[in-house]
Amino acid sequence: MSNNIQYGFHVDASKCTGCKTCQVSCKDRKDLPVGINWRRVYEYGGGQWTENGDGTVSQNVFAYYMSIGCNHCSEPVCVKACPTGAMHKRREDGLVHVAADLCIGCESCARACPYDAPQIDKDRKVMTKCDGCYERLAEGKQPSCVESCPMRAIDFGPMDELKAKYPGAISPDVAPLPESSVTTPNLLITPNRHSRPSGATDGEVLNYSEV
Amino acid sequence: MERRSFLKMSAALSCAATVSGCNSSSKDVEVVPPTPPVAGENLNWSACLVNCGSNCPVQVYSTDGVITRVESEFTTTDKYGDHDVRACLRGRSLRKRVYAPDRLKYPMKRVGPRGSGQFERISWDEALDLVAEKLQGTIDQYGNESIHFTYNSGARYHFSGKQCLYRLMNLKGGYLNAYGDYSWSQIYEAAGQTYGSAGPGWQGSSVSEMQNSDLVLMVGYNPSEIRMSGSGEAYDFLMQKQKNKFKTILIDPRYTDSAVGKEDQWIAIRPGTDAALFEALAYEWITTNTVDQAFLDKYCVGYDEKTMPAGVGYEESYKAYILDNATVGDSTPGVNAKTPEWAAAITGIEAHIIVELARELAAARAPFIQIAASLNRQAAGENNTRAGYMLPILLGQLGLPGTNCGGLCKGSFLHAPFMPTGANPVKKAISFFTFTQAIEDGKNMTVLSDGVQGVDTDEEGDGKLGTDIKAIINYGGNALINQHSDVRKTEKLLQDESKCEFILVVDNWMTPSAKFADVLLPDVTWLESEDLIYQSYAAGDTATLVQMSSGVDPMFESRPIYEVCVDLAKRMGVEAEFTEGKSRTDWLDQFYAESKAATPGLPDKEVMLKQGIYRKYLPDGGYIVLEDFRNDPEANPLGTPSGKIEIYSSRLADKARTWKLKEGDVISALPKYVPTWEGYEDTETKKKYPLQLTGYHTKGRAHSSYHNVPWLREVVQDAVWMNPLDANHRGLKTGDKVHIFNDRGTIEVEVKVTPRIMVGVTALGQGAWFKPGGDVDKGGCLNVLTTQRTTPVTKGNPQHTNLVEIRKV
Repeated sequence: MSNNIQYGFHVDASKCTGCKTCQVSCKDRKDLPVGINWRRVYEYGGGQWTENGDGTVSQNVFAYYMSIGCNHCSEPVCVKACPTGAMHKRREDGLVHVAADLCIGCESCARACPYDAPQIDKDRKVMTKCDGCYERLAEGKQPSCVESCPMRAIDFGPMDELKAKYPGAISPDVAPLPESSVTTPNLLITPNRHSRPSGATDGEVLNYSEV
Repeated sequence: MERRSFLKMSAALSCAATVSGCNSSSKDVEVVPPTPPVAGENLNWSACLVNCGSNCPVQVYSTDGVITRVESEFTTTDKYGDHDVRACLRGRSLRKRVYAPDRLKYPMKRVGPRGSGQFERISWDEALDLVAEKLQGTIDQYGNESIHFTYNSGARYHFSGKQCLYRLMNLKGGYLNAYGDYSWSQIYEAAGQTYGSAGPGWQGSSVSEMQNSDLVLMVGYNPSEIRMSGSGEAYDFLMQKQKNKFKTILIDPRYTDSAVGKEDQWIAIRPGTDAALFEALAYEWITTNTVDQAFLDKYCVGYDEKTMPAGVGYEESYKAYILDNATVGDSTPGVNAKTPEWAAAITGIEAHIIVELARELAAARAPFIQIAASLNRQAAGENNTRAGYMLPILLGQLGLPGTNCGGLCKGSFLHAPFMPTGANPVKKAISFFTFTQAIEDGKNMTVLSDGVQGVDTDEEGDGKLGTDIKAIINYGGNALINQHSDVRKTEKLLQDESKCEFILVVDNWMTPSAKFADVLLPDVTWLESEDLIYQSYAAGDTATLVQMSSGVDPMFESRPIYEVCVDLAKRMGVEAEFTEGKSRTDWLDQFYAESKAATPGLPDKEVMLKQGIYRKYLPDGGYIVLEDFRNDPEANPLGTPSGKIEIYSSRLADKARTWKLKEGDVISALPKYVPTWEGYEDTETKKKYPLQLTGYHTKGRAHSSYHNVPWLREVVQDAVWMNPLDANHRGLKTGDKVHIFNDRGTIEVEVKVTPRIMVGVTALGQGAWFKPGGDVDKGGCLNVLTTQRTTPVTKGNPQHTNLVEIRKV
């Protein structure tokens, strides 16, 4: 890997409004059915409410969104978990792909991935996932999620370029994501001012049905 | 979904430990090389023409006449000010909407009971003969004023849209007019009474003006959910906020997506109680001498003894009302003074927060105050909104850089003509919201009870409508049943074929309204159409023109409504007048030429067919509402009787004396907080139905448009929001199926338990499609629960004022 390009994403959580346009544009590009979401927008929030007994209430509510596709990790646990070699990391761009003809649909990769990136196609019994829009890259375009984002919250490119472009960006050690040490994801984020650290307990994912 | 039980932190950790010996890169597998673009792929520009306020362009790719994918435009540097107009998730789902299984394919006529959805296919000739015969028959038997268009906004074409039908009917003698709309009726009224015209209500200062503000107060304003276009208000707001760092305070029952980190403070409030908060702010400013007395003296009527209309005493002034003290010069608060403590118990906002908010607003150099439309869709919507306008008025903070009069933000504008409708010979009009009443008993609807307009009146100013609605034309809209209140009541009314005798529906899909048609005609969708369209009415600071064209043929037997109207005009003897001898191309060329005359920079049509979009950021510069009036009130008087801002409205004082109101309804000369039926203070109804329920604009639809796209149903859950405290009382958890019910009906939806909503308040995205049959609407249509009772002045829709109970299924 060392001499090759490693692509990855930058997500600006201070801009994301949770509109899900990235999720839908991704589905349109690959005609993904209901139930398969290569990109997912997690709604994370929390806070306590108190009724004060005089008709008023107090609260300290917060929430923010986190848009996640595949992080094309440097230590991809999905690849490690794959018994057939179908899940693999491309040398030329670092993207993690599934070779459908080798996949036996065992879902080991899906169980391994802490980001829920690999998603089984139950009809075809084959694993699917974000492929980094490699064919769009070949045409000089950005991935669909990036080009569709109405808030310009998602970016994509070689990681060294993203790091230079977003000097304030950090590793994605924010809830509800796991600590980045698990898989070394190629994801940078600009946090929301409400962002909580990975493993925080004062909030929870509020939209499981949507992701 | 089972595979996504949780982002599997713990599971992942153990996985990493057990598989660390494997190769992380497979050398054995090489993927197939990227496929080049399919030969013969066509690109056409089209647009999303729903009623969200923006018409976003979309790039439509097709191969062999089949749409293969939809992309946003991506043609600029995307530097703010010259940026792409990116469609939201709805626009990106358009392919699924065009190819929806419930597309209307052929003309059909009803064969089962009305509303049953039982139709049979007929030919276009038979359908057009039938429609012409029914419309002509209704005119002959009941007169033109018995024909009515239900409100619609689902297909905002310029050329081949609803205007064609209005044009046809105007040539045939007209139809019963409607005033107002489901969005803003009470705003028009409040702004009209206060500022002299509806304009400042829906066209306040532009979002760009926030850059000159140090404090943006958003009362219900929620651009991130209602104006989502990637060049629209949501993006403008984000850009201004991130660049200029002004403080942002949101007041809303929901912690909306306009918050999520962009807010400096969220103040949770009970729906319908905003006016109590505003009055407490007024109290604070009056008692701390922070009102702008010079502004009130010079520009306003009715604040205190100095500016009361002739014959009206200080005791009826705003100051006396807030202080509850009718003695001039005595500022001692009376027992009913509108103190923060009084407002706290009503609004749910702690008094110290109200006091602090008052202090911050008074101290702000240029507060930008926006009172959103949610306040106007309440039982006392006119008063709520007027009360909100008092904030900038009392502080003298309007007509100046960085300020707003409380109105919605004005969008930028480039001109593209609409098909001219001609004038309606019928002058009678009803409030759009009373069409069901006019079906039931329009004859006896009156001026003073029901807001009927354009009829002969007696010496008391009263008069009757004198006609029932006997035929309805419903084009590209769902207000016939789904978006109108009290669906069950409407359902029964429409089922009675002796009342409304003929219903024509023109649409693309089998909507709930389409099911109530007698004749159902299939229109083409946007992606099958050619048109030159503009940015719509609230597209933020970027104005656009989009040249739509299509690479696919109309599906099945669907036809553009222009062609349908030409054929109807032929049958009804007005073809020459309808077409003016012009072909379809002649009309389109004419409209293009008119646009080019208004916008000289617009390229030729051949160029636009390729480039799709023409845009200008702030073509007329930023907009400060009422700036001219502020600069010179003598030269630029308002449209009020006094020419000034009317805090005390003599016209409303007249209506308060003469109009016949239902018990509990209030019309007042001053803006006032009015406790209403099914409001927070309706303790009697709350014994049975203790939860307030408000509708909101879900991101997954634009009103009811796009409901039939499964992708959108998946990514934006239709669930009723409930605070954890309320959920705990009821033993509910997220994902539970619940019944929401009141005396008007029951709907079944999932519940979303979330801290993002006020205690005692629930919220449901409006627009889900009603499913007829059974006692429980499993479609989850909010309007099964809303009432047809009207607001006091405009006889408009109070659809956010509801009390309900919620129980696990």
